[in-house]
Amino acid sequence: MIRLEPRLAPSRTMMWGTPVLAVIATMIAGGILFAILGKNPVEAIWTIFVDPILDPYSRDELFVKAAPLVLIAIGLSFGFRAGIWNIGAEGQFIVGAIAGAAVGLAFYGTPAIWLLPLMALAGMAAGTFWAMIPAFLKVRYNANEILVSLMLVYVADQLLRAMVAGPLRNPAGFNFPESRLFHDSAVLPLLQGMPGLTQYTRVHLGVLIALILVPLAWVLLRKHVLGFNIQVMGSAPRAARFSGVRPSSIVYICLGLSGALAGLAGLFEVAGPAGQLVPALPQGYGFTAIIVAFLGRLNPLGILAAGLVMALTYIGGENAQLDLNLPRAAISVFQGMLLFFLLGLDILVRYRIRFGARGIAQ
Amino acid sequence: MMDVIGLSADLSLVTALSYLLSVLLPTMIIAATPLVLASTGELVVEKSGVLNLGVEGMMIMGAVVGFIVAVESGTPVAGFVVAALAGALLALIFGFLTQVLLSNQVATGLALTLFGLGLAALMGQTYTGIRPPQTTRLDIPEVSNFPILGDMLFSYDWIVYFALALVGAVWWFLNHTRPGLVLRAVGENHDAAHALGYRVITIRLAAIAFGGACAGMGGAYLSLVRVPNWSEGMTAGIGWIALAIVVFASWKPGRVIIGAWLFGGVTILQINIQAANLNILAIAAIVLALVTVVMIAFNLRTKSRQGWIRVAFLGALALLGWAMALTWPDFRLDSAYLSMTPYLTTIVVLVAISGDRTRAALNAPASLGRVFHASN
Repeated sequence: MIRLEPRLAPSRTMMWGTPVLAVIATMIAGGILFAILGKNPVEAIWTIFVDPILDPYSRDELFVKAAPLVLIAIGLSFGFRAGIWNIGAEGQFIVGAIAGAAVGLAFYGTPAIWLLPLMALAGMAAGTFWAMIPAFLKVRYNANEILVSLMLVYVADQLLRAMVAGPLRNPAGFNFPESRLFHDSAVLPLLQGMPGLTQYTRVHLGVLIALILVPLAWVLLRKHVLGFNIQVMGSAPRAARFSGVRPSSIVYICLGLSGALAGLAGLFEVAGPAGQLVPALPQGYGFTAIIVAFLGRLNPLGILAAGLVMALTYIGGENAQLDLNLPRAAISVFQGMLLFFLLGLDILVRYRIRFGARGIAQ
Repeated sequence: MMDVIGLSADLSLVTALSYLLSVLLPTMIIAATPLVLASTGELVVEKSGVLNLGVEGMMIMGAVVGFIVAVESGTPVAGFVVAALAGALLALIFGFLTQVLLSNQVATGLALTLFGLGLAALMGQTYTGIRPPQTTRLDIPEVSNFPILGDMLFSYDWIVYFALALVGAVWWFLNHTRPGLVLRAVGENHDAAHALGYRVITIRLAAIAFGGACAGMGGAYLSLVRVPNWSEGMTAGIGWIALAIVVFASWKPGRVIIGAWLFGGVTILQINIQAANLNILAIAAIVLALVTVVMIAFNLRTKSRQGWIRVAFLGALALLGWAMALTWPDFRLDSAYLSMTPYLTTIVVLVAISGDRTRAALNAPASLGRVFHASN
């Protein structure tokens, strides 16, 4: 007989052990999936998880992919801790990209150092605004923020289509739905010459900023009263209210913060690797970041590691598509499985698994 | 009036009305059927106290599995049955994680959606661009050929009637049977239900499987009848709208149909306006005018001063819209803006329904989303 016995305090070993276990379990289950698809499982796992680390070019790409995931996931983690579920980071990412691109295109050809900061501000403001819609509707009208923020993803996606087909379309682009390529001062500078990076690296300034934000977020969460209030709000809402925390302001702060970071990630994507506004810009980072946030245990430092692991599956998945002819969708299945395993194994943190008959009650 | 909207002027009121009833209404009901199925399933799940946010994932799995089975076997019925099984199976992964391993329901539901979307895309790769076998229609020669009424009431495939019957069955089950009462008790207070000796986890797992089966069938209806085609990510948020409809319906089965038809109507109108390239300003003005009329009717009963201010405001907006439509008769909006309407409608409806906190709290199952673990 197997039974679950609650632990008095969450196990710290399991807290950080389960993400590792989940990744290993996903590798095994993924290997089985690849075997069903008729691929060599060992080769596929090796291509996805090891090859990108060995190849210097893929190693750089790892950072390019991880940066938006880490940025968005950090923002989401604050809300998730407080029990505020922003599922619409993808939409905030898109409007951030649109607003940033619009500013960049408005000053097309202006060689100015202030242009990129202005674009970043616009992206963050747009992301914040987009996240404030579910926040306001939740506080004022009690509307479920999960559904509202998710609906706004589809709205943002249509807005992007309308923008690239209308106001932001390249005037010399033969009616093709995409914007002009940004001029040099609207493109994030590449970190060429940084130690450890290749000569043709695509690692841009945004990656560095994401890295700087990680410890800042950690300080905010662990050492600042705001982070404390957010955590209390999540684990004991009544206690939080008695200690003078206003639930509505936590809703605004958490959604606003995640919106700003998702908008910034969108701006980095459009002014970094993309270099122009295209309808195919959103690649599901906003949804994958949810997995990253949980895999990183809603802790900024953990999220950094989780973002790199998740980026590994993206880059490795792309390589596996080319080398092994593995379908692209297999990677989404892989990522979905990872979250399943993680959530399932989570029980080890709060409960002990006991075998055998029940002993004498203590 | 017709030429301001963008329709040809020689269209008479009678032809417009018969078009509305015999063409638009049936397409609306077909568009609403996946929502009726998925929302009814989710309603039962939520009544048992479980919030499964994975409807989108289960629907798309149903869509792809139903499509594959129907194409390979040539019988749509088999497609629907296997789609329901696939939906239930996927839902049981969620059930195992949330009920046995006590994981967070919101996060697990999201995982289910992400996993389902990926798995469906993987399975359906070689099935894009194929036409599925046609689902049989209810064809009673005497009534189906009856003008207008025949199209309105008797022109559908059997799933449409099945979905409506299912809503009735769920209503009867929840309100007039003992097992239904037990299921509601589990959803309202799982500790009390457990103390009375009911098997909370088993009951919830059954409800979750039922919800998955319904969502799977709804998905299969999308790929086999509504579209009919398979393409990656074809659910496009319908699963999430189904979740919103449960809230809209205040967890009452009958209102699910109203909610689903509302969304079906919005979707179909939006597609038709896009296709006919109509003047959206005039359409907006007409919609506003209709809302104003409905509000006047309400206000004649309540007679609140605030209400009359609202009516005046809306009426003024409608007039303004009409004036703008007359000024710019050639105004056409990018179709992308129109494609936003179903999602925006969802938000508006959620806001309108959730605004009254006491009523929302009264209707929602009290244990919704809470983790149950029998400690003894």
